[in-house]
Amino acid sequence: MPKKFTVEVNSQWCKGCGLCLAVCPKKVFDFDENLKSTPKRMEDCIGCKQCDNICPDLAITVEGSA
Amino acid sequence: MPRPEVLDWLRKRFFPHMWCPGCGHGIIMHAILRALVDSGKKREETVIASGIGCSSRMPGYIDSCTIHTTHGRSLAFATGIKLANPELTIVDVMGDGDCTAIGGNHFIHACRRNIGITAVVMNNNIYGMTGGQASPTTPLGARATTAPYGAIDPPFDVCKLAQGAGATYVARATIAQPVLCEQYIKNGIANKGFSVVEIISSCHTQFGRKNNRRTPVDNLNYFKNNSVPLAKAQSMSPVDLEGKIVTGEFVKREAPEYTELYRSLVERVGGGK
Repeated sequence: MPKKFTVEVNSQWCKGCGLCLAVCPKKVFDFDENLKSTPKRMEDCIGCKQCDNICPDLAITVEGSA
Repeated sequence: MPRPEVLDWLRKRFFPHMWCPGCGHGIIMHAILRALVDSGKKREETVIASGIGCSSRMPGYIDSCTIHTTHGRSLAFATGIKLANPELTIVDVMGDGDCTAIGGNHFIHACRRNIGITAVVMNNNIYGMTGGQASPTTPLGARATTAPYGAIDPPFDVCKLAQGAGATYVARATIAQPVLCEQYIKNGIANKGFSVVEIISSCHTQFGRKNNRRTPVDNLNYFKNNSVPLAKAQSMSPVDLEGKIVTGEFVKREAPEYTELYRSLVERVGGGK
């Protein structure tokens, strides 16, 4: 049973720099119509938290559950 | 990472912060906060000091004891705070201009004294806030507002400067390695004497647009392709190392710490209580 992770982007804080899109190995993120990052393919997330660590706006939260 | 604990350290009413989208300073702030949380520090016993510049806006966003001081003089203020209350954990956040140009003297003398402060130097190779003037760390040939045909001044190597001046912990990482940044800052905080952690940051707004690194992602890829770990760099020739960023821990040694020496001096000559 693969682990499930929830990815949250605080769109109030996100400035759409695109770093999370660049670092995500599973291409979970995409830009929405306001050019802010949004986790479109959250089911692909493997919980590596690279997006969490690289986000300069501290807008991304990754939470894991078994 | 323990996100709720990190969020506790933020002054959320000032968010989103004023840094440009994709600015490396945000990544460094996150790394500092994670390092402080993981080291088990308390907000009321931690001081974040800063001077002037983009990087020095950081204390405004961190909900601990913070001080925003004059340009380059943050280490002087931090030294005073540490001497008055040696129990405090002091992290001094500085930009490259703040550290090596305006505050160069304060920097080398803090290194020499080996006082228990952790200096996090955010090196983005330029004076970003004032309009992109060339700073002492602008690489040779890089373009800036005041060097439109390429800089001709040889740059400072902050780590070698700190090493030469006598700091007891010197490390360098880039913003493309946020976990390594966190680890080095944690080691710096754990070190008793003066610690310098240089983090190569990016300023795509002022530096990148003149040097073909226009977007945050360009800068990230540049750092990934051009950073070399110290162990590998030792076996490379100086020609191969040209233009590369060597990352790693350069100095890790023990030396008497200044506030302890000061206290023992007071005990020795003060005549007792």
